[in-house]
Parts: sequence; structure tokens; C-alpha cells
Amino acid sequence: MEQKIYDYLLQLGDNSMILGHRLSELCAHGPSLETDIALTNISLDLFGQVRHYFQYAAKLGVAGKTEDDIAFLRYAHEYKNCLLVEQPNTDFAYVIVRQFFYDLYHLHLLQDLTESQDKQISAVAHKSLKEVKYHSRFSSQWMKRLGDGTAVSHEKTQAAVDYLQPYTAELFEMTPVEAELQEAGIAADLMAIKDRWQHDVMELLKEATITYPTNEFSHSGGKKGVHTEHLGYILSDLQYMQRAYPEMSW
Amino acid sequence: MSKEWPIWEVFIRSKNGLDHRHVGSLHATDSTMALENARDVYTRRQEGVSIWVVESINIAASNPDNSDALFDPAIDKAYRHPTFYKMPKEVKHI
Repeated sequence: MEQKIYDYLLQLGDNSMILGHRLSELCAHGPSLETDIALTNISLDLFGQVRHYFQYAAKLGVAGKTEDDIAFLRYAHEYKNCLLVEQPNTDFAYVIVRQFFYDLYHLHLLQDLTESQDKQISAVAHKSLKEVKYHSRFSSQWMKRLGDGTAVSHEKTQAAVDYLQPYTAELFEMTPVEAELQEAGIAADLMAIKDRWQHDVMELLKEATITYPTNEFSHSGGKKGVHTEHLGYILSDLQYMQRAYPEMSW
Repeated sequence: MSKEWPIWEVFIRSKNGLDHRHVGSLHATDSTMALENARDVYTRRQEGVSIWVVESINIAASNPDNSDALFDPAIDKAYRHPTFYKMPKEVKHI
């Protein structure tokens, strides 16, 4: 059971870490000072959550790894984040749409995890929920501004939605570990979350005058460790320090 | 239409403070965005429990060129300061 909780914690942490890293790439490159600092704040929130998950995972002691080992010393196929969060910052619309899709998923996920039978997971969810409520407000507001803004912002937002929507189905795929932990009341029921997510996304896209793509095709693989080519580049940045100077610390 | 977003002035009330204090300014397209930007730029280190924003063009300011006429006449009128009264002992909290 502890091994399964360990795997689940890594999966939760990896999503926040890779998305947090993507947002950190925008530090000092945001479209305005105000949005730059907002995105950096969100990135820091996510990294704070990662620390909670990985510290707990390290404490379980199943793999004999420290928090830093877990974060920095795994190979690409050992990261279990969804493909959505590793997609690049192509332009501001992509950043906002990726954030919007993920925030609404994250919000419902954490809401359910506050009820988790695992006290530690429930406590982290309680704390993170406040942060993610703000994230989803931020990205939802921007979706409306961009979608219902100028002809150019509308077109770019629609393009980002069309590109990123096929990556959203994977968020709701249950791995065998998740299914088993959900039986035990520890993990969230992603099927139930999917309905709520779809409802919220549709409502907001309507306000943002954006069309939800009708295609049935979807990408998947990240949760099994099969990633897009982007993850390798992310990890080479993220792991550089620990690989170049093993066991270094602040 | 100007390409720059309008400037807003930000006022924050700190945990212990009773009044909102001017802390700086920022760019935003509307009041919702101004409040969110103010939260992100000016309350990252637990500075506040309440935020006011007002678009800068809505603030009427005194002209520095008129300082002489506006403020100097008060300099030599010490009798306006409430320092010539004896406070009765019964009066507290002043």
C-alpha cells in the first residue's frame, strides 16, 4: 500500500512541478510586469505543493530517496505528469489556455482530495485549494479577456484551445494505482471530476466566445511515463544543477 | 486608443493598520484586473488584508507650482496648532 501511495504522490507532484517549471521559464519574459509576476507567483505556489508531496513521499521511505532525489534524479520515463503540462509556452494564449484547462482540473481534484482517507494528502489539498482557487480565477479571467477581446487575441486563443484540447482527456485517465487507491478512499474519482470539469469549461468558453473542438482524438502517455519530446528538454534544464554537482544543496 | 494599459493607484490596508495607504501603481485594463494585479504585485509578502484601486486619471492633484500660495501661509501661524490648551485630567485616549 505504501508503494502505491508513493506512486500516487509522485504523479500529483510531477504535474505541479512540470507546470511550475514551464511557468518559471516566463520569469522576466512575461508580456507585462503585472502578468509576469502573477505567473511567477503561480509557479511558486505549485513548487510549494510539490515540496509537500515529495517530502511526504520521501518520508514513506519505500524507495530510500530524499525529496531532492525524487525531484531531480529520475529519468524521463519515471516522471508521471500528464502531457498537457509539458506543452511549451508557444505564446501567451497557449500559456493561459494550458493554465485554464489544468486549473479547473486541479481545483476539482483538490476539492475531492480534501476528503481523502490519507490525512496528509487531505491536509495538503486543503492548503493548496486556496492557492488553486486564485489560479483558476486568474486563468478564467484571462480566457474571457483574450477570447472576447480583439480579433487577433480571439484567433490566437482559439488556435491554442484547438491545439491543447486533445491533451485534456489524459487528465481523467485512471491508472491501476489510482483505481485501487480510489477504492480505498485515498485517491480521487477522475470520472466524476471529468463531468464537472467539462461543465465548467463549456460555460466559460461560451462567455469567452471560444468554440470547443468537436474532435474525438486525444493524446495520452504521460501518466505511463511515455512523454512528448518536450520533457527531455525540460529535465535537462531542471536537473542540470544536481547532475553537474551531485548532492549539492543551498 | 493608446496601446498602453491605463495606470491605477493602489492602496493597501495592512493587518494592523486602520487606513489604506498608497503603496504604488500598476497597469490594468479594468478594475477587476487592477485588483488582481495589485494582489500579485503588492501583497506577495502578507502586506495586506484589503485593497483599493483607483484609476490615476481620476485623482485630482495640487499643482507643485502653486505650493507657495497653498502651503506657505500656514508656516507662521503657530496659534493654529492645538498646543496652547491644558488638557483636563479626565480626558483619556487623546
